[in-house]
Amino acid sequence: MWRYGLPLLMFLALAVLLYSGLGKDTHLVPSPLINKPAPLFSLPDLLDPTRKVENAALKGKPYLLNVWASWCAACRQEHPVLMRFAAEKRLTLVGFNWKDAPADALAVIRTTGNPYDLIASDEVGRVGIDFGVYGAPESFLIDADGKILYKHVGPLDQDSIRSKILPLLPPGCQP
Amino acid sequence: MSSLTRSGAAFGLLFAGLVASSAWAIDSLTFSSTAQEQRFQALTQELRCLVCQNQNLADSDAELARDLRLEVYEMLVAGKSNAEIKGFLVDRYGEFVLYQPPVRGGTIALWFGPIALLIFGFFLARRWWRRPTANPSAVTASGVAQNGDNDPGEFP
Repeated sequence: MWRYGLPLLMFLALAVLLYSGLGKDTHLVPSPLINKPAPLFSLPDLLDPTRKVENAALKGKPYLLNVWASWCAACRQEHPVLMRFAAEKRLTLVGFNWKDAPADALAVIRTTGNPYDLIASDEVGRVGIDFGVYGAPESFLIDADGKILYKHVGPLDQDSIRSKILPLLPPGCQP
Repeated sequence: MSSLTRSGAAFGLLFAGLVASSAWAIDSLTFSSTAQEQRFQALTQELRCLVCQNQNLADSDAELARDLRLEVYEMLVAGKSNAEIKGFLVDRYGEFVLYQPPVRGGTIALWFGPIALLIFGFFLARRWWRRPTANPSAVTASGVAQNGDNDPGEFP
């Protein structure tokens, strides 16, 4: 029994272990900030640098914080998805312009359209570090109490919005 | 005479430049002591770069790695302890940034799995070597019994 049972058991254990790793994106770093309050920031408004964007003022309504930059190719791919999502008016969209020159970012917004209700400009990337940003695009879903519900790494698409973001929203925002 | 000292100073500067040209030298960070610099070096070597995930912060050329090196540097200069600096990064990026994850529930298999497997393998191997003596018919078949003793160490 042990003679054949044990190797078989070990083989099965190894098979399960290896199978569970298949198809996993090893570059995905799980965020420790999920279910924690989003770091507070006060950053210049990209569209009007004399004004500040403060996320403390956004409390009371959930919002999607989308990390993007003009130098980021995947953000261009994500842009039409955000434009369509913005048109549905389900959620406040806050752009987080990360490690980008404001002039370059403005040029992108002027030529391709602005899906965001507000855009914060984090030119040096300090606040990005507080959010654990390690690439663009990234998106954080933040609830009415300012808690991070979900982090999406990489460009959002129609599917990920429908399956990952919309189900987490309060009933009023859902389709 | 003065031109000699000047060229000597120039050579000294050049030499200092060569010695100081380590990875973070491009960040132009200045340290108050070599001990501080060594702490910085050790810390950035223990921390993983999030962009090039098989590189540490010290070696990575990624923009984010440079920003994080600067962050580490500023905390170091501000007098924060190593644990505080690591805690700062773990709070934001998770334990993934540590090349040496702490020992706790979820990482027990990681820390002790290899040694547990080794011990398991050792017992398995011992059982395997002992088998001929435990089974008389197998002993004669394998030829070990010709030695006249039960010493498992002499299995060919």
